[in-house]
Amino acid sequence: MSLRNESNLITLMEGTGSDILKCMHCGVCSGSCPSGRHTSLNVRRLLKKARNDTGVLSDDSLWMCTTCYNCQERCPRGIGIVDAIFEMRALAVREGIIYPEHRKVGELLLEHGHAVPIDEENMAKREALGLAPLPPTVHSFPEGLEEVKKLMASCRFDELMSEK
Amino acid sequence: MANLSLFLGCVIPNRYPGIEKSTRLCLEKLGVDFVDLEGASCCPAPGVLRSFDKATWLALAGRNIALSEELDRDLLTICNGCYGSLADANYEIKEDEQLKKDVNSHLEKIGRSIKGDHEVRHITEFLHRDIGPEKIRDIVINPLELRVAVHYGCHLLKPSKGRVGSSFERPVFFDGLVEATGAKSVDYPDKMECCGAGGGVRSALPDEALALTGHKLSMIESAEVDCIVNACPFCHMQLDVGQVDLNEKTGTSHNIPVLHYTQLLGLALGFSVEELGIDLNAVVNTDFLMKVLSE
Repeated sequence: MSLRNESNLITLMEGTGSDILKCMHCGVCSGSCPSGRHTSLNVRRLLKKARNDTGVLSDDSLWMCTTCYNCQERCPRGIGIVDAIFEMRALAVREGIIYPEHRKVGELLLEHGHAVPIDEENMAKREALGLAPLPPTVHSFPEGLEEVKKLMASCRFDELMSEK
Repeated sequence: MANLSLFLGCVIPNRYPGIEKSTRLCLEKLGVDFVDLEGASCCPAPGVLRSFDKATWLALAGRNIALSEELDRDLLTICNGCYGSLADANYEIKEDEQLKKDVNSHLEKIGRSIKGDHEVRHITEFLHRDIGPEKIRDIVINPLELRVAVHYGCHLLKPSKGRVGSSFERPVFFDGLVEATGAKSVDYPDKMECCGAGGGVRSALPDEALALTGHKLSMIESAEVDCIVNACPFCHMQLDVGQVDLNEKTGTSHNIPVLHYTQLLGLALGFSVEELGIDLNAVVNTDFLMKVLSE
């Protein structure tokens, strides 16, 4: 899958403060990456692919980053690598490239104001601990949930999460 | 000492309420001035929701921070993920006037605004700085003779930009808090490595997440500890439920108890396993429970 507006990915990522053209391919990022030890994620290669253009948005390894920030903290050129990965992911999502499980997390947030909402089993656990069955979050304050929904509508998050 | 609003997030109240209970018991015992941050939402989750849309992430984080500002209190998180979202959003909003205007243009639709005049705290950072391990040691009535694998988790320390203090490579403050309970923090290989859950990896790519978790658990097992102590319910879930998943999928026989710091501290302050919800974990290790009960 490729970008509908086939403009340069680097241009689209401008403003994230993460100038990936500064990368000198020293490999400290890959060597520091815990996910890279166990999965096919190679951060250095991902950045290289990004500067050569857009196939990176449909690269599965883009979503294997746990956002631990080791690469970003250790990069000798101070590149905001995780910030760049966030931006690439956001561009992918805007292109409709999103795992169904991730879409589900977005839907839960839209409906409940929580990415992990309460269920009956945990309401029972709360009561056994002497806590109220619902926590004092938006779960107990419907007007708060309305505010959260208004904010998400204001940011058009609902449109982003809808099936395209 | 700071006046605090307690931010619960999602995983603590909705999956591990024992951590919520332990936090309340410990804060009360320590005489900390705190109130619930009523009507707060998801932080929102830094790895996955920030990945989708930064504006939404900032607006919802901004609302949570604004609620705390309205109470004239610093916001206290008990979760690395919530801390990652809220401390980073707070920092970015404070640093960038234009960004603050953008966030407030959304918040004004619900009659709120963020000023950027308060801090976001993490419970381990707060206990270390404002209470201190000495005071904790003074009020411990049940010193714990446990060997502990401390798991810091990533977002407690990183990104370091805008965060207060502490080395992200070799931090020691959390170990100090653990040792204040009488327990010994045991070093182990790859101690600072990620649990595997963050960034939406657990939700969409569970096998990849478990590959990281399995490595971490095997390193912890090599150190022959009584339990793992963490500062984040999401790491807690991954290290706890992950053991069951790994045992089922790969034939391992992991059985390491997992405690949030407030649960460890709660034991040292004399509260029971049941009061602290330690028995509500996926991994229930009877040897550990017997050991704790006999202390």
